[in-house]
This record gives sequence, C-alpha cells and structure tokens, in this order.
Amino acid sequence: MAAILAVTEQRQGALRKVSLEVVTAARTVADGLGATVDALVLGSGNVEGTAALGGHGANRVLTASHDGFGLYNPDGYAATIASIGANYAAIVFAASAMGRDLAPRVAAKLGQSLATDVTALSVEGGKLVVTRPVYAGKVLQKLVLSGSTAIVSVRPNTFAADGSKGLTAEAVAVTVPEFTQRVTVKEIKAPEQAVLDVTEANIVVSGGRGLKEPGNFKLLEDLAAALGSAAVGASRAVVDAGWREHGAQVGQTGKTVAPSLYFAVGISGAIQHLAGMRTSKVIVAINKDKDAPIFKVADYGIVGDLFEVLPRLTDEIRKLKAE
Amino acid sequence: MKIAVCLKRVPDTTAKIVVGGDGKSIDEAGVKFVPNPYDEYALEAAIALKEKAGAGETVVISVGGDSSQETIRTALAMGIDRGVLIQGAGSADGLEVAKALAAEIGAGGYDLVLFGKLAVDDYNHQVGVMVGELLGLPVISAVSALTVENGAVSAEREIEGGVEVLSCSLPAVVTADKGINTPRLPSLKGIMAAKKKPLESKPTTIGAGGLTLAGLSLPAERQAGRIVGEGPDAVPALVQLLRNEAKVI
Ligand SMILES: Cc1cc2nc3c(=O)[nH]c(=O)nc-3n(C[C@H](O)[C@H](O)[C@H](O)COP(=O)(O)OP(=O)(O)OC[C@H]3O[C@@H](n4cnc5c(N)ncnc54)[C@H](O)[C@@H]3O)c2cc1C
Ligand SMILES: Nc1ncnc2c1ncn2[C@@H]1O[C@H](COP(=O)(O)O)[C@@H](O)[C@H]1O
Repeated sequence: MAAILAVTEQRQGALRKVSLEVVTAARTVADGLGATVDALVLGSGNVEGTAALGGHGANRVLTASHDGFGLYNPDGYAATIASIGANYAAIVFAASAMGRDLAPRVAAKLGQSLATDVTALSVEGGKLVVTRPVYAGKVLQKLVLSGSTAIVSVRPNTFAADGSKGLTAEAVAVTVPEFTQRVTVKEIKAPEQAVLDVTEANIVVSGGRGLKEPGNFKLLEDLAAALGSAAVGASRAVVDAGWREHGAQVGQTGKTVAPSLYFAVGISGAIQHLAGMRTSKVIVAINKDKDAPIFKVADYGIVGDLFEVLPRLTDEIRKLKAE
Repeated sequence: MKIAVCLKRVPDTTAKIVVGGDGKSIDEAGVKFVPNPYDEYALEAAIALKEKAGAGETVVISVGGDSSQETIRTALAMGIDRGVLIQGAGSADGLEVAKALAAEIGAGGYDLVLFGKLAVDDYNHQVGVMVGELLGLPVISAVSALTVENGAVSAEREIEGGVEVLSCSLPAVVTADKGINTPRLPSLKGIMAAKKKPLESKPTTIGAGGLTLAGLSLPAERQAGRIVGEGPDAVPALVQLLRNEAKVI
C-alpha cells in the first residue's frame, strides 16, 4: 500500500503546531490515493505532543532520535529523510523556516521535484495536483507532480489542523544513517519576550505609519493581548523607520500571513502590503481616510481616528472575553 | 576569494501581471524586468567580500534568454567582474534550473556561491539549496547576517520567534534574505565599465522535470466588504459582526 510521509517539527522537545497542519494535509493526499500516513519526528530524546498525531490522521509515528537532533540539523535531517524518502508516494513539509531549508535538500538528494508553499492540494487521476501563489500572490499556479515521490511544502495556517481522525498511531523507530555534518546550528537567539510569529498566529494585528510613533504600538499590543494568541505585525514603512523588527513585517518583502483574522490599523493598503495578507480569512481595516485602498479588500471597516477606535475596541474585546 | 552569484531576471514587483492567452505564461508586453531583489543582496555581499579581501574574482551567472544579458550588465555595473549567461528556457521546476547551475558552478573552483533566498516570480525558494546539495557543499539559506573570515562562515537566519545562528566552512553556498546588507546602486562609472566587462554565453538544455504546469489563473478578487461605521461608536457593531457573522472571535 502506498504511503505518505509527513515531516513534523519540534522546538525544544515540543511538537510545533504547524506539524498537525502537515499531517492533516498528508491525510488529504493519502485519502485521495488510498494510502497511509507516516508522521516523522526528528529530535533528541522524547518529543512532547506526538500523541496528537494519530488523531490528525497518522497511521504510524516514526521517530528518528540522535544526540545532534535537538536543534535543527540540516544535513542530518536531510540524510535521514532521504534514506527512507524513496519509499513514499509523497512527502509533505511545512513551508516554515525549517521546511523551506529542508525540503529542497531532500528533493535534490532524491532527484525529485518540489512544489513549495502550496495553498491547496488534491489528487486527480492518481497524481498530486497543487495550487501555489506566484508573483507575490498576484497569480495562482496549478502544478501536477509526476515524479515517483511528489514533494510539497504547505503554507502555514492554510490547512486547518483536523484532529477528528481518531487513529491510534503505531510507534516505529527509524535508524539515523551516517551523515556528513557540514552545517551546524549553534543556537537559537530568542527575543527577550517570547513573541508569537505573524505567520503562525490565528489573529494578526498590524500597524502602519498611522500609529505616528513607535511607542503607540502599545495600543496594538494591548489589543493583541485582549484577543489572546494574536501577533503584532507591521507595514514596511514602520519597519524601515526602525519602529518594529523586520520579523514583524507583512508583505511582499516581509512575511506572507493567512490568519483567520487580520487587523490593518493605520495602514493604507499598498499593493505590496496586500501581497502579504490578502489570503487572510477575515480582514478588518481601521483608517481615518475613507478612500484608503485597504477598504477595498477589507471585510469590515471603521473609518475613524485609530487613537479613539483602538482603546474602545480593546475594551469591548476584554468585556466579551470576560463573559 | 572566488565568488559566484546566481542572478535571475524577473518582472518588477510593482508590475501588473496579466496571464497570457495560453493560460500558462504571463503577458510580458509592457512589463519592466529587473534583477531579482533578493539576488541584489547576494551581489552586494559578493562585491563587499571581495573588496574586504582586497583580491579575488566575482562572477555572475544567469540561466535565461538573451534578454537576461541586460540583467547581467546591471550586476556588472554594480561591480561584479564578469558574467556568464546560460541560455535556456526557464522551467517551473527548480530542480532542473539547479542542475544547469550546478553543472556550471561545479567546475568553477568557487569559494563561495551566493543566491537570493527566492525569486519573486516563481516564489520557489529552493534553487540555491538544491545547487549546494547537488555539489555536496554546505548550504545556509535565507541569511539575514553574514560573516566570512578565515575560511569560516557564520550566519544568522530568522526563524519563527527567534534567530538561528549557524556556521560552516568554505567552500559553501549561502542564500540571501533582506537585512543582510543594503545593495549599492550602479554608479555612472560602473555603468560605463560594465560595457567592457566579459560576458560569456553558452547554451544548455533545461529538462522538463517532474512538475507539469496545468495553468495560471488570477486569484478571486476579494470583495470589498462594508464600512461598519465611523469612529469609536462603530466598535460594538464591529465586535458583534466578528463574533456572530464572521465567527472569528
Ligand atoms: C519593492 C517594494 C517592496 C515593498 N514591500 C512591502 C512590504 O513587504 N510590506 C509593506 O507593508 N510595504 C511594502 N512596500 C511599501 C509600500 O509600497 C507602502 O509604502 C507601505 O506599505 C506603506 O506603509 P503604511 O501603510 O504604514 O504607510 P502609509 O501609506 O503612509 O499609510 C498610513 C495610513 O495611516 C492612515 N492614518 C494616519 N493617521 C491615522 C489615524 N490617526 N487614524 C487612522 N488612520 C490613520 C492614513 O490614512 C494612511 O492610510 C514595498 C514597496 C516596494 C517598492
Ligand atoms: N534562471 C536562473 N538563473 C540564475 N539564478 C537563478 C535562476 N533561477 C533561480 N536562481 C537563483 O536561485 C534563487 C532562488 O530562486 P527560486 O528557487 O526560483 O525561488 C534566486 O534568488 C537566484 O539566486
């Protein structure tokens, strides 16, 4: 029986949320092909959270354990996946920082083509068919993968994790092959406060030049805190001005986000900004200029001074959450 | 130090993109083409590293049609020493492009091979890493800070909620992200000098690969929604809509 490999991710010994999205996407492919799903966990020692993999559609959980696998190990991870990869009809990665580095390594080692950052996938005539945004999201490209092992990476926050599959995954150990370690990840420098990445948050609250000065981002941080599990994003104008970190920039030269709710506050809605957020499920715009282009893509808009609207909004959300 | 930079000619990011009549390509009429913005970071890194070393050679390599000559000249005007155009049709399959580049780079004796992290046309985010793997070289991708000293590379890359610090030794492949440097603009003197710099052209055949393009389409336009109201008084109505209609909070 054909099988699909879902490559999961862990950080500091805990499975990352995007892993469940990868397994969900792999399950969709497997159902189309009448195949099973193997979820691969690479780490050193026990990884927390793997019990959820069966519920999301994994038939087996493969564990590749190695002392050098605590942090991301580009050469070791790639060698391990390549050693088993040819047995699979498809391999699914996340188009995360790790997946973007790892998937092309595996594809080159296996001599198989890779479709990155896909936002939709299906099986047609026994082949994997994917849709992926190109030209900064201005065009959608539809590709048919015809290799013996189809390799794809899925855009985070796009394949909603579905934990209703109710499988009990069998645990299997995978042997890590000999590999030459050419690149070493020495450490992860974390910011002083843990920040939720805009690509992974369910809600993104972004601010632009309308915020007037960096200190005023406190208003957005307050709103994000009231909403819970929300990340604060920014337009390029305020990143270039040094008000916010580059990691928070949404848009063509920043990050592409697809949260279920996106707030654009004091952001005009330039085409390059839209490129990074137009696939958000619901967009809310707050802008004092009723003709701002952001209102053309927003589902809901408030025309008004953000300095009056934001405190009230944060207040109302707090009230709602307290109910 | 001998450094190669792989450069792709792409539509200007502000260009309006229209799908051609065949439904599989874009209509190039009236579209301005530019060097891929991420490759400009790679070009700047190469030029600066050679300047710092005080010696060496920088080479720009592009796979494309005749029109890519102009793009290569832009790189030469920035300060790259010479250019190589590998003439072949592009491919949606990054692995096929990577094979053509690896064939050229493998025999070149480069200490460092630089790429952009992604090309803003196909958004493949893969060719540089693949070339490194095909050549058996260390690869560090999407680098936002780079130091090359005494044969060693140390680099940083942004990951979700942090920054990864990596190291490897030369020869190596590095792909560049924003933040790594600020690319210089070609000077008038540079533009004049570029006209006389060597630009070699050689043919290649890009394989079909394992990805078949079924078609290009425009994403569904987002419908403009509604203005809920003006000023803070509109907030309660917005919160109700988010809760009861959109069901997102
Ligand atoms: C190659 C290229 C790449 C780019 N990449 C990106 C990218 O990745 N991301 C990105 O964001 N941009 C990008 N840009 C820049 C983009 O073109 C815009 O310049 C930028 O997005 C504008 O940022 P902004 O909306 O914050 O500022 P502005 O355009 O100045 O808009 C500020 C808005 O705030 C509103 N405002 C002001 N005061 C108030 C108030 N008190 N209450 C409510 N509203 C108020 C104004 O009405 C206005 O609409 C790129 C540009 C280029 C050329
Ligand atoms: N046709 C090409 N010619 C030269 N370099 C290329 C070409 N295509 C891609 N590259 C390089 O590979 C990087 C990543 O491209 P991609 O994987 O297509 O997003 C680019 O930033 C370039 O450095």
